[in-house]
Amino acid sequence: MSARLSRRAFAGGALALGLGGKAFAQGFAGLGETAEGFAAVTPGRTFDFPADHGPHPPFRIEWWYVTANLSDAGGVMYGAQWTLFRQAMRPGPQGEGWASQQVWMGHAAVTSATAHRVGETLARGGIGQAGVEAAPFRAWIDGWEMRGLDGFNAQRVAPLELNAAAADFSYALRLDAGRPLVLQGDRGYSRKSDRGQASYYYSQPFFTASGRLVIDGKPVEVSGHAWMDREWSSQPLAADQTGWDWFSLHLPGNEKLMLYRLRQKDGRENLFGNWITPDGRSAEIAAGGNSITPLATTEIDGRKLPTSWRVTLPARGLAIETTPLNPKSWMGTSFPYWEGPIRFAGSHAGIGYLEMTGY
Amino acid sequence: MLRGVDLAVGAGESVALTGESGSGKSTLLHLIAGLDAADSGEIRLADTIVSKLSDAGRAELRRDRLGLVFQQFNLIPSLSVADNLVFQSRIAGRHDAAWHDELVERLGLKSLLKRYPEQLSGGQQQRVAIGRALAAKPLLLLADEPTGNLDEDTADEVLRLARDLVARTGCGFLMVTHSARLAATLDRQVNLHAGVIA
Amino acid sequence: MRRVLWILAVLLSHWRRHPMQLATLLIGLISATALWSGVQALNQQARTAYDRAAATFGGSRTAMLVGKDSATFPQKLFVDLRRAGWPVSPMLEGRVQIEGRSFRLLGVEPVTLPAEVGNAPGVGRGSLQSFVTPPGEMLVGPETLRDLDLEEGARPQANGITLPPLRVQRELTPGVLVVDIGIAQQILKLPDQVSRLLIGKSKTPHASLESVAGEKLRMIEPDAETDLERLTDSFHLNLTAFGLLSFFVGLFIVNSAIGLAFEQRLPMLRTLRACGVSARMLNTVLVIELVSLALLAGLIGLVCGYFIAAALLPDVAASLRGLYGAQIPGQLSLKPVWWLAGIAISILGALAAAAASLAKAIRMPVLATAQPQAWQQAQRRWLILQTAAALAVFAVAAGLARFGDSLIAGFAVLAALMLGAALILPMVLQIALGLGQRSARKPLSIWFWADSRQQLSGLSLALMALLLALAVNIGVGTMVQSFSRTFLVWLDGRLAADVYLSAASDAQASEIKAWLRDRPEVAAILPGGRADSQLGGAPIEVLGLPDHATYRDNWPLLESAANAWVRLRPGDTCFVSEQLSRRMKLAVGDHIEVPAPGGNWPLEIVGIYADYGNPKGQVAVNYAALTRRFPQTPLNRMGLRVAPDQIAPLVAALQQKFGLDDRSIADQATMKAESKRIFNRTFSVTAALNTFTLGVAGIALLTSLLTLANSRLPQLAPLWAIGLTRRRLAALELLKTMAIALITALFALPLGLLVAWCLLAIVNVKAFGWRLPFHVFPLQLIELLAVAMLAALCAAALPVARLARMQPASLIRIFANER
Repeated sequence: MSARLSRRAFAGGALALGLGGKAFAQGFAGLGETAEGFAAVTPGRTFDFPADHGPHPPFRIEWWYVTANLSDAGGVMYGAQWTLFRQAMRPGPQGEGWASQQVWMGHAAVTSATAHRVGETLARGGIGQAGVEAAPFRAWIDGWEMRGLDGFNAQRVAPLELNAAAADFSYALRLDAGRPLVLQGDRGYSRKSDRGQASYYYSQPFFTASGRLVIDGKPVEVSGHAWMDREWSSQPLAADQTGWDWFSLHLPGNEKLMLYRLRQKDGRENLFGNWITPDGRSAEIAAGGNSITPLATTEIDGRKLPTSWRVTLPARGLAIETTPLNPKSWMGTSFPYWEGPIRFAGSHAGIGYLEMTGY
Repeated sequence: MLRGVDLAVGAGESVALTGESGSGKSTLLHLIAGLDAADSGEIRLADTIVSKLSDAGRAELRRDRLGLVFQQFNLIPSLSVADNLVFQSRIAGRHDAAWHDELVERLGLKSLLKRYPEQLSGGQQQRVAIGRALAAKPLLLLADEPTGNLDEDTADEVLRLARDLVARTGCGFLMVTHSARLAATLDRQVNLHAGVIA
Repeated sequence: MRRVLWILAVLLSHWRRHPMQLATLLIGLISATALWSGVQALNQQARTAYDRAAATFGGSRTAMLVGKDSATFPQKLFVDLRRAGWPVSPMLEGRVQIEGRSFRLLGVEPVTLPAEVGNAPGVGRGSLQSFVTPPGEMLVGPETLRDLDLEEGARPQANGITLPPLRVQRELTPGVLVVDIGIAQQILKLPDQVSRLLIGKSKTPHASLESVAGEKLRMIEPDAETDLERLTDSFHLNLTAFGLLSFFVGLFIVNSAIGLAFEQRLPMLRTLRACGVSARMLNTVLVIELVSLALLAGLIGLVCGYFIAAALLPDVAASLRGLYGAQIPGQLSLKPVWWLAGIAISILGALAAAAASLAKAIRMPVLATAQPQAWQQAQRRWLILQTAAALAVFAVAAGLARFGDSLIAGFAVLAALMLGAALILPMVLQIALGLGQRSARKPLSIWFWADSRQQLSGLSLALMALLLALAVNIGVGTMVQSFSRTFLVWLDGRLAADVYLSAASDAQASEIKAWLRDRPEVAAILPGGRADSQLGGAPIEVLGLPDHATYRDNWPLLESAANAWVRLRPGDTCFVSEQLSRRMKLAVGDHIEVPAPGGNWPLEIVGIYADYGNPKGQVAVNYAALTRRFPQTPLNRMGLRVAPDQIAPLVAALQQKFGLDDRSIADQATMKAESKRIFNRTFSVTAALNTFTLGVAGIALLTSLLTLANSRLPQLAPLWAIGLTRRRLAALELLKTMAIALITALFALPLGLLVAWCLLAIVNVKAFGWRLPFHVFPLQLIELLAVAMLAALCAAALPVARLARMQPASLIRIFANER
């Protein structure tokens, strides 16, 4: 479950808004029990673009998630994140104007080896301060925006323009993709537990990105790869699931790997993922023998985070070790998590993004 | 006012300082007590040069080594006889209960301890003043016309008590008086005339 | 340490033998501390309430954007600004009537509300979901819930809408209702409108205001001072001035008590020195003694201050509510710093009052005897210096009165006036007594005057206290009386209708009107209404006056153009209140633009009227025009003209038929009585403090005379020796005291009137915005004169009685002892 953190971080954001402990339990751990009244996620859905780029308000929670691995002309590496979350405070008919039950939250970040800058903003739905429109495609909150450009192709969700600005950073990127988007899980149905928790999930992992970052007033021209995740659900996690570690990896030869581990209270864990071939075919990774193991931890704000990992998928012949670009890629938002660019080497070498929640 | 006065009082010795009004005898006494500062000259008490002391030093000297008795008694009106007797030795930190009891006994103040100065006769007040001056066992008792406000009989009585007590403690006793009769009762008489010892 | 304790014990023994003196000293310190800290407690209580109000959802402490020329603006501007990077949060404000009572409704947007803006009390702890999604929640302070007599969860009606369930939020100011902005838009019937945008502190780069909102919005910078603080400044300044005055008068008492004690303890201090206590040690212990006493008195004073404040608080709260609409909780709550400050002021005050005595003790030689003659020489020089200082201070006062243009300047004039008068008083008395002496023939009367003059220096501080207390009493009394007289006349014109009625809703108002039309005893129904707007950045009221003879004939205008009432009819002219005209320097013939929902409303000023007691500026317009321009104006208020003998039955019938309670309907007499009650209450604090001050001045006079009486015996003894009886002596003494007090009181009369004039012509105008005619009330002056003489008589009686009863032996002894 890619945008993964999302529910958790979003529930955290809602916590700061005053949804309080109860809402937190509802928004994260107890989501399964209280999804009543919201639309259910079932297998075998037929996706429809561009309509599915837009919001799905009958579902409780939804996100538009872009991460980009970038570098400047001299090869210095950067990362950028742009995320828009939607959450419905209650099920039922959609309210108009201020009566809308939708709340939106935006997170944006840029990362370099030495800096990690974060912005966060919140908005009510219904009045135009934040929202998503499918066609022409536009997702925005305050001044942050992801917008389809001329010649926008709904099957590829490209080309896009992406921008965000906060007190100490800003960026503007153009994203292009030559291949169609990819359905994750089983044809877009992404199972999160054995008890029915699931989400609808598709990605565009083939973006090329170019544009400009400004960190602490210093501009830099960059280019690289980007990855978009779209996911919506009403009860994505089971009550005993405590957090996840999620990877999006750009493999050599334009192969892509999406991999995540869901941790449970009892110490057990579930590994899910999709292997995406350059032609866009996506296959769930086969169970058995796969593992991801922490190698080194970084202490941030008194929490220990495993920022280096060993990943092995024997069936695919993959055995790599990952290292973060900046081990302190901490998102100190209303509900904090770790998200930042990584590098990996071993049987395969390349770059990607790592997200860790629940630490 | 005082010129080249040279005067020594030994331990256990009682000396009367006589002279007519304005002869400077009181001034001399005040200088010894450190109540006044001399323009020049030297006043020694044991090994201390009084004239070179600061105000605090002179206060300490008065507190610990001198007993003072004045013509006006100078009791503290808001303190009882008992408190008037002890406060100097208390402030000096030299209170001696046995000596205090003896003083009360010898000065015949036992029945008056709870009274206040205004309820006492002049002789009684001066007896309290002598008791206060001697309570801290000073090296030297200085008295400035101690009997000036008393009738002859009372004066004799008070002075007798003072002499006895001085003898008992072995301190020096210097008394300023204009009365030759009273002066004669002391060991030695020094006459001051126009600021010089005659 | 032991030594210090013994010396302290010796020093303290004095008080055991002179308990009266100790009592006087403590009373002085206690009353000084009590009055000062009582007043401070009141001020602190009020400030805390203002802060609470200001911190609630972005009061004046937050930077904000408001409409440039309309009370509200479209929320699209909010969205546009957010999209341009502005960290703004919308707010809609209005008034709602619940069960005939008016409340301030705040619609907030909790999701964007900047954390630094009052942290969305209530929303932070409960649930965002229940606050913003139907039916929502209405947050109220506990006082409001009590006022409404409703339980939590109740859903009262307003504007024909069932309001969200009430939920208590302790931090909320009384009289404020907080709902989600969407709900506020429904209640106020202002869809998609907002009143202002609060600006958060986030530093996200953003476009310029003009590029987003054009000329529609205006930025208001945050203000350290709240609106209420600004408005109520004068009131608190007033209280503080009284507190200070009482404090100083209390210190006069302390000063004379300490002075007396010092004189009496001189022999003791000398003996202590002779017995070996150094000057430094003695002074240290004297200070320790004083600080200990001040500590004790300070604690008692604080407790008294607490009770004074608690006793005055209801009146202060009523005054502030009546004058400024400021809501102060009735429960006194004090910060620890108040207690510390009270103790500190007691100790500092005691040290200041004892400064002269302590300085004397430091310089005191062990042996020297007093030199009264030289002392007198110094006294004369001092007198001349003091007089020169007084003249300089008067010059400053005159300059401030002429050129000063602020409330502080007004109070500075008053302070300078009083200080100057106090300083010059000894000279005035010298001259008056000198004149008396010159006109005297008989030796005894020459002695009488001469001796009175000699007595002056010892009494002058107490007399200054008396002078100030009297002058302030006259000044404040004259102001209050002038105000009272003006107010009553004004009230007669203002309350011209016979019955006043406020229906629960517009619908009920229509029913009532329909019913009234069929009643023959009702000569006229005069609808009334008011709307809120702003002018020059400050809130104003827009009042609708029906076009009716009742108003034309009675409504008092201070200034007006010809045919003002006729010109009011079309709705393009207005009257403005005196406060508004002064604040904005508006005159008849000027033009103003009042922001209204449909855009600015241009109006020509054709009259100025008095609007006493209203902190807000007011604009009066034709009623029909008001309801056109402000369509949301509640239509539930009306006045009725009724035949006098029919008033009571009609009120009873209305109450019965429409279930109106006493708060909703009142006849003119009741309204007037109520207004007068509020008016009187407003000044009851002033009156109470006034009385306290005079009382303290009386005590000061008494203690000074007691001090003096002791030191004067030596001067009287020779007279007794040459054959004056003790009774005769006592009578002379009494006469002298009374003569001096009378001169002082007579001097206080013109000073007091001057103070009154300053209050009316300078302070009131600056503080409230109105100027009252100056009246002199001779009866009041005579009364105060009598009170002053009575105080002097009481104060002089005790020492004089002691003199009269004094044993001849004592006099002999004094005579004999005087060297």
